Amino acid sequence: MARAGSRIEAAFARLAAEHRKALIPFITVGDPTLATTLPLMHELVKAGVDIIELGVPFSDPMADGPVIQRASERALKQGVGLNDVLVCVTQFRTTNQTTPVVLMGYANPIERMGLEVFADAAVAAGVDGVLVVDYPPEESAALLAAMDSRGIATIYLLSPTSSTERIKLVAMAARGYVYYVSLKGVTGAGNIDTQEVGRKIAEIKAEVNIPVGVGFGIRDGATARLVSEVADAVVIGSRIIQEIESSTPDNVVANVGKLVGGFRSAMDA
Amino acid sequence: MNKRFEAYSFPDAAGHFGPYGGTFVAETLQAALLELNLEYAKAQADPAFITEFQRELKHYVGRPSPIYHAKRLSDELGGAQIYLKREDLNHTGAHKINNTIGQALLARRMGKPRVIAETGAGQHGVASATVAARYGLDCVVYMGIDDVRRQAQNVYRMKLLGATVVPVESGSRTLKDALNEAMRDWVTNVESTFYIIGTVAGPHPYPMMVRDFNSVVGKECLTQMPEMIGRQPDAVLACVGGGSNAMGIFFDYIPHDNVRLIGCEAGGEGVATGKHSASLTAGTPGVLHGNRTYLLQDANGQIIDTHSVSAGLDYPGVGPEHAWLKDSGRAEYVAVNDDEALAAFHRLCRTEGIIPALESSHAVAEAMKMAPTMSKDQVLLVNLSGRGDKDMATVAERSGLQFFCRPSCQAAAESR
Repeated sequence: MARAGSRIEAAFARLAAEHRKALIPFITVGDPTLATTLPLMHELVKAGVDIIELGVPFSDPMADGPVIQRASERALKQGVGLNDVLVCVTQFRTTNQTTPVVLMGYANPIERMGLEVFADAAVAAGVDGVLVVDYPPEESAALLAAMDSRGIATIYLLSPTSSTERIKLVAMAARGYVYYVSLKGVTGAGNIDTQEVGRKIAEIKAEVNIPVGVGFGIRDGATARLVSEVADAVVIGSRIIQEIESSTPDNVVANVGKLVGGFRSAMDA
Repeated sequence: MNKRFEAYSFPDAAGHFGPYGGTFVAETLQAALLELNLEYAKAQADPAFITEFQRELKHYVGRPSPIYHAKRLSDELGGAQIYLKREDLNHTGAHKINNTIGQALLARRMGKPRVIAETGAGQHGVASATVAARYGLDCVVYMGIDDVRRQAQNVYRMKLLGATVVPVESGSRTLKDALNEAMRDWVTNVESTFYIIGTVAGPHPYPMMVRDFNSVVGKECLTQMPEMIGRQPDAVLACVGGGSNAMGIFFDYIPHDNVRLIGCEAGGEGVATGKHSASLTAGTPGVLHGNRTYLLQDANGQIIDTHSVSAGLDYPGVGPEHAWLKDSGRAEYVAVNDDEALAAFHRLCRTEGIIPALESSHAVAEAMKMAPTMSKDQVLLVNLSGRGDKDMATVAERSGLQFFCRPSCQAAAESR
């Protein structure tokens, strides 16, 4: 059995040796079109990202703000589902064996496919981690077991309102890295207080011995840079989706590459 | 009593009803739910809270609501006797107020100055706006933009009562999207805000809490029926969208195994057409809005659009306790089509002088179907969960001047 998310572990080990922090972009599969997703993934790698989070479209993304919901809706209009996401990862792996891919989405599409069927398909496709937003540790023992047995990391969220007890609960279940949601609210909301984030990360690091990434509210290179000083990884979601929305089919891949490249240089400067 | 249901004690501490229910929400909401759970348990153990809740139900809502023997209707149908639990006589015109009073009292107790709610047809929105006015709380109601247009009168009622109505333009722009939007508000404003969910769905403790506040309905029936007929009814019927009025009347009857429990879902244009809201009849288990339950979904696990003549039943999920009651066989669930509900609506208007809500008309329709197949000494108790004043525009549009002509006036017309 492979260790849970060994590609993720390797990525963080490499970054630690280089004294750099991970840049993790989020895109929704099928946004703006299904055919664009694969070129976008390769462009993200070229722009220097370390892990790719792929959004699985869902009709009722309760934890997401309007920007990411619109991305889901564009994908759903084309009928994109969990199967298409897995095909996308399979295609990506034909030429890229190193960049970890994490699926992010909601429980229902996975339960509809069947947990074991999904787990087999995910490992066959070359998925490295899954983050199921509405599967907290107390509801995801079956997911965790299915993923552990196939060497896929189950990634969990922590938030500003997470108590020490909940941080400990997540610490026991979490594999790969922990995703700290830096704001109260939904994706795409407001701006973050990096000092406050730093205090909470210290609290989390006292319990969690895997890398901690920060997402929600990181909209520019300067903020990404500040966050990367206190966290192991920076997740960029809504800002990329907005770039996709304001681009044309001809320049979307290049524009996203340029945007993400900007975040990379700001973090490495 | 059947031993199996005698010791009924769902949900468990984690909010599960067998495989259903639970707390399927993002980490960002877990702390708020934990706080709500603790505060609700404390309130339930506090005699002062219970006393105030009961006083409000009596003096503000007008409880207990009566049970009425629909004798003319029963005689015409020629079979079982139909009794109606008159939740339509409550203040604001439906059972929804039982729950909103309970939750608003809890919000006040927790020191939350702001309440939010989701609404489809507007009944829960009106009930929430009402209690917010009563207790001096700020109130924001989320409502799908299409529903805002269709239910202009209820939107105006909410504004009269001082609530802000926020039209929701995301997703399918209906009740489920209003619920998504309310959840997003809650997660953003969790310190100041109490989310009043209107049905027995959502994450734990909502399905339990909303059931508890509405269970006053079934409790009253348990004492009223023996007073009226010397025994409990043979069956209890209620419409099921999310399922709050049904859980309210079913709950105390669960241990009474000789009383059939029958939930009536919205069959819309017919379950076979795909245009319906019958999650228990035609759905499959999945996870939505914080709990595992039966859902109407496609092969990819996306939630599909629902249909019903009654906006209050137009929901793609159903309370998790109903899912358990279905699987365990304790309750039965049937689908009643738009046309059947409309026919029952008209017949109750002309036969008993009662204008029922289109939602409740689904349960009346099923009782009308069952009664003729039963004997005259058998009894059906129907939860008449709301009144139909709000449905005038819908019925006028569908039926025009095609009113029901009851048998007695048919005979009079023929003899003329």
